[in-house]
Amino acid sequence: MSGNRTAPTGWTVGEEAIVYQGCAACGHVQYFHRSFCAACGAPDPGERRASGEGIVYATSLVCRAATPEARAHVPYNIVLVDLPEGFRMMAHGDNDLAIGDKVTVRFVRFAGRLVPHFARTPPS
Amino acid sequence: MSYVTGVGLTAFGRHEGASSLDLMSRAAELAIADAGLKRVDIDGILCGYSTVAPHIMLATVFAEHFGIRPAYAHAVQVGGATGLAMTMLAHHLVDAGVIRHVLVVGGENRLTGQSRDASILALAQVGHPDYEVPLGPTIPAYYGLVASRYMHEYGVTEQDLAEFAVLMRRHALGHPGAQFHEAISVADVMASKPVAQPLKLLDCCPVSDGGAAFVVSREPTGATAVRVRGCAQAHTHQHVTAAPALSELGAEIAIARARAAAGVAISDVRYAAVYDSFTITLAMLLEDLGLAGRGEAAERVRAGHFNGDGAMPLNTHGGLLSYGHCGVGGAMAHLVETHLQMTGRAGNRQVRDASMALLHGDGGVLSSHVSLFLERVR
Repeated sequence: MSGNRTAPTGWTVGEEAIVYQGCAACGHVQYFHRSFCAACGAPDPGERRASGEGIVYATSLVCRAATPEARAHVPYNIVLVDLPEGFRMMAHGDNDLAIGDKVTVRFVRFAGRLVPHFARTPPS
Repeated sequence: MSYVTGVGLTAFGRHEGASSLDLMSRAAELAIADAGLKRVDIDGILCGYSTVAPHIMLATVFAEHFGIRPAYAHAVQVGGATGLAMTMLAHHLVDAGVIRHVLVVGGENRLTGQSRDASILALAQVGHPDYEVPLGPTIPAYYGLVASRYMHEYGVTEQDLAEFAVLMRRHALGHPGAQFHEAISVADVMASKPVAQPLKLLDCCPVSDGGAAFVVSREPTGATAVRVRGCAQAHTHQHVTAAPALSELGAEIAIARARAAAGVAISDVRYAAVYDSFTITLAMLLEDLGLAGRGEAAERVRAGHFNGDGAMPLNTHGGLLSYGHCGVGGAMAHLVETHLQMTGRAGNRQVRDASMALLHGDGGVLSSHVSLFLERVR
């Protein structure tokens, strides 16, 4: 693994984007940034931007937070969203989201950080 | 071959002024005495971890504190599965002839040693530091996510989940060491404060002080003999974001491996000790393990199936949900209770037949699994 040529990009470092990686060798898609493909071990998987569309897989409305910063936002909805690019991510979502909803991302401030927040996709 | 020769358990709840080492020591003292052994007989120590007093060498810290110079010692960290993972390791160490008597110990002053916020925050760190923790999830939220999906796929309701809290509380009423002594109803669970929906306060285990220990030996040391019949693990992911589909979780893999290792079928099992950090955890694991059909565990609770006098007595001490959860020692209490049941020493909680027991532990967010069969052979 030659690795480590790319630093993570996207919302985890304050950019308004959902970024994932795709392996040129085996086609595996991964959301958590690594300097190698976790499926086949090939180095330097390519970085891609997700469309920001997805389907809600699971939800949990947090009513009891652990930090004063997070408590200011209670209740907030933690969601798992399946993206058509082939991976699942954790994000925030509108409080009334249901499993199976088609959703679109925007980026909001939460406890001093930029975080992805999904809302129902308006019917086109 | 290996045998669980002694068990020790403190009361769970508040132990003002007791450190993690104190609680570990109290449980260890009880377990060694129960095995009919002395400190000098113990040649191996496996211990868990303490979130209150983290240390890079907790096993040797404990050994020095307790007064043992073992031939083998280290800590093990697999979250909620730690107790059974240590039991599995103890079994293999003893079976391989490395050591004769292993002390397995866990204990923590998790309730009085730190603030509740600190405890919740420390535990939330099982989440991914970059992709999950910045979103402000909590352990109940990780399990709340799993619960929402499980309820969606299998038609399980919040009332169904509440049944497990009520059952564990009813069992805890029979144990003086349990943290909670007031009966609760499904309506009480439903009316309790939302924590991370669909989970409410009474769907969640408490934070406790306490300690648990047992001795695993190469030969029985007393009149009874409870042996490790077989065990196995499975680890499919760490973070809930990376978890496989509900039908591919590790409990099913671990139990299949353990059944093969033990040569035991679920129909042979007479007593069950299953990890129950949240009501959803217990519901899912019972169904993953084959102790209930998919989506049917709550119905079995209502029918009395898991009662002390039911067909499959379950966590008769009250489990994590009502005996309490002091970290590593929390799920070790399940094994202590199982041993008491298997050796006919459970008093007013004694079940008719616990000759073959299935124990299952879960760490992380259904990430790490250990399934283990214990069998009474004399």
